[in-house]
Amino acid sequence: MNDHAQNDSHFKRELIAFRIADQEFCVDIKSVREIRGYVPATPLPKTPSYVAGVINLRGTVLPVMDLGLRMGLKAITPTPRSVIMVVKIGSQLFGLLVDAVSDIVSVTEEDIQVNPDVTNDRSRSFVSGLMALDQRMIAIIEASSILPEGLAEAA
Amino acid sequence: MTGMEEIRQTFFEECAEQLDELETGLLAIQDGSADSETVNAVFRAVHSVKGGAGAFNLDTLVGFAHTFESVLDLVRSDRLETSEQVVSVLLRSSDVLADLVTAARDETAHNAAAVAEVSMALEALLGDTSSGSGSSAEDELDGLMGDFGFEPVQVSLDDLIGPQGDNRFRILFKPNRDLYARANESMVLIREVLSLGSGEVVCDMSRLPDLDALDSEEAYLSWGITLETNASRGAIEEIFEFVDEECELTIEDLNETEDEPASEDVDREVSELLAMLSAGASDGSNSDDDETDFDFASVGMGIETDPEPEEDFDEPGFAAPAAIETKHEPVAAPAARKPVEAEAGPKDAGEAGDDKKAGAPPSTTIRVDLERVDRLIDLVGELVIHQVMLSQSAQKAGINSSSEVILGFEDLEMLTRQIQDSVMAIRAQAVKSVFQKLPRLVREVCAATGKDVRLTTEGEYTEVDKTVIERLSDPLTHMIRNAIDHGIESPEDRIKAGKPPVGNICVSAAHRSGRIVIEISDDGAGIDRQRVRAIAVNKGLIPAGANLSDDEIDNLIFLPGFSTREKASELSGRGVGMDVVKRSIQALGGRVSISSQLGKGSTFVLSLPLTLAVLDGMIVSTGDNTLVLPLTAVLETLKPNSGDIREVLDGASVIRVRERFIPVIDVARQLGFTTTPSDAREGVIVLVESETGAGQALLFDAIQGQRQVVIKSLEANYGRIEGVSAATILGDGRVALILDVDALTTSNRLDAPSYNPFSVAAE
Repeated sequence: MNDHAQNDSHFKRELIAFRIADQEFCVDIKSVREIRGYVPATPLPKTPSYVAGVINLRGTVLPVMDLGLRMGLKAITPTPRSVIMVVKIGSQLFGLLVDAVSDIVSVTEEDIQVNPDVTNDRSRSFVSGLMALDQRMIAIIEASSILPEGLAEAA
Repeated sequence: MTGMEEIRQTFFEECAEQLDELETGLLAIQDGSADSETVNAVFRAVHSVKGGAGAFNLDTLVGFAHTFESVLDLVRSDRLETSEQVVSVLLRSSDVLADLVTAARDETAHNAAAVAEVSMALEALLGDTSSGSGSSAEDELDGLMGDFGFEPVQVSLDDLIGPQGDNRFRILFKPNRDLYARANESMVLIREVLSLGSGEVVCDMSRLPDLDALDSEEAYLSWGITLETNASRGAIEEIFEFVDEECELTIEDLNETEDEPASEDVDREVSELLAMLSAGASDGSNSDDDETDFDFASVGMGIETDPEPEEDFDEPGFAAPAAIETKHEPVAAPAARKPVEAEAGPKDAGEAGDDKKAGAPPSTTIRVDLERVDRLIDLVGELVIHQVMLSQSAQKAGINSSSEVILGFEDLEMLTRQIQDSVMAIRAQAVKSVFQKLPRLVREVCAATGKDVRLTTEGEYTEVDKTVIERLSDPLTHMIRNAIDHGIESPEDRIKAGKPPVGNICVSAAHRSGRIVIEISDDGAGIDRQRVRAIAVNKGLIPAGANLSDDEIDNLIFLPGFSTREKASELSGRGVGMDVVKRSIQALGGRVSISSQLGKGSTFVLSLPLTLAVLDGMIVSTGDNTLVLPLTAVLETLKPNSGDIREVLDGASVIRVRERFIPVIDVARQLGFTTTPSDAREGVIVLVESETGAGQALLFDAIQGQRQVVIKSLEANYGRIEGVSAATILGDGRVALILDVDALTTSNRLDAPSYNPFSVAAE
């Protein structure tokens, strides 16, 4: 798969698009390990509000972040469509709670517009680029930038 | 070079085993429970270390081991009696040898003074017996050994083993192909021979075939060396010691002069050694004097009955001793050789550990990467969780409890528990590895304090998880130090008190109700409660008027900053002692208790979990949160009467328990789950033991029960959270946090108004 990508001069990135409130975001598919349905998390004491808690991922204790709060938007209200995306950042596994996963998109670097000046200040620090797809605008998130402060350097 | 590194690592691993064997053997000799096989084992241990060290050019180590070995050879051939002084030199030598091995492994500097001192003592033993006859040596020794500072008769080892003047040898050296296959090099050996003196080398190429018939891996060349040297024949043989299996070697003495007796000794030593190392050929006849009652005959017998080829024998450093030991008939071994009885530990482990007699065949043990074992343990932990979840959902689905499904689940549960236990047993190790370090410690502390202590250990084959073993060493070391330094009196005081001058310390281990219990008891002075109390008052640890039970006074010594010695001694007594011991034991989920009788001695009892992978927990809830409290921390639980609760300020309250006020820690609030204080009258109070040794009261909404839980790290994917030590997964598949009681109670002390755990409740 990698070979193929390198041979292709118009290298396509595959991204997973998801929704938080009425906004669309996406992360690189390579950092996503799996997508799980929402299960209530056990809250962790003395953690930032965007850390929703920990869940049991087949015997592993997995910390889950409310990506809505993390992005400075409003907290995710869990519904049956809410999902937890399990991402691996460095050696750490993390769950990202989002409203819904919409689809997988393939884009070339040319489609991506770097340094956008949109959304609020908080989420801008996580967004590495923007792209237009049909009528939609999707912001690309760098998974490594969303670790809780103080833990990021460990990744 | 990684290959070399690996071999090096193996060498040091083997060294550690050999050193253990050495010490065990020497202690047996000291006890008088040794037999000739013990002496042989001790000799082989030192020899193996020397052999391996030679391969790594660890010259200091080789030199010392050689001297040590020579003395042991005298012991082995009954020319040196194992008097108390001799054994003490031997024990010190084994300590020095261990230090040298450690220094070589860590590539640090060794204590040259200690090496020199002990070397001198060893050489004195050597010189003594070689100059006089065996019986008179013993008399002289008594005089000599009192003080190591005498002048040695002979200093250099070469002087001892080699006669002065030129010797001429003709050496015929004919390597066979195995020598090269094992990466030996003729040139190196020949060069080594020439380094002993001067000589001529002639290469015999007569066997070299035509080129088309040449086998590139065959050895066709042989050499003749004419050597003029000061060294003895033994020195030459030593060079070829490691290849003697892979070559034909003849050494001819061209002088035809009489060797001195000392040189004969070395010859005999070497020939014995070669005999031992060369497979089945060895028997008693090789050791030429009949007074030595080595059990070579039985060794030989064992080998004959063994159908397997002895291919490992050509690695003298490592495999040979073990191989010889295992051939030893277990039945022939005297039962009473070990002073220490295996107890409580699984039988097969006990036998495997008792290397000298039973000696399970080498194939029954394997070395496994710890990571693989841990992975297996993790997986089995998950299996257990899933099994519980499945059977709970089966019950929830309303399946008849006598149905096949439920019965199947019961069998499954039993099986998974058994698998879990077996997997845990893989990580289990005998406490022997910790206990083995104690004799040396006792010797050192005794030397430093001028006390005389006899250490006995019991139950050293009791098994416990590797991590527990690793973290047991420090606290145990400290407690033994403490027992000698503070517990045992000086010999004079002991005689005054009507006790034998030699103190006794007994360390025992046993399994008791799913935990390992380690007892350290001494027959020293015991705890002087009046003094302990006075000191505690003096240091402001307790108020002057405090009303304490004996038990509470004894426990004062675990308070931080407490030290009964007015003057801090070199070894213990800086006031960082027992509180650290207690804390490290508690960190392992264990407890320490004391019982002491003034003038009779004290006993410290450590109770530890067998593993750190699971924990007995009390499941508690507060609000929507389910939490696990380590059962070891729980002292008692109670439902408070409303009259016992007193509000202090800001929603904080204290509870009166048996005439004492204990602050109530609102766990939900402490952890930040809620900001509104919960009413202590509605909840449940759990009294826990905290770092300070005092009781603290934790407030929860309800207690749900007790359960064994599998410990899961939070740090792997998140990080440390104050107040939480780890997490676990409950039967319903949800994650529950395991509370860190120490952190909870300490952080409380910071925010709450200071209070004294020993203050008497004012009525």
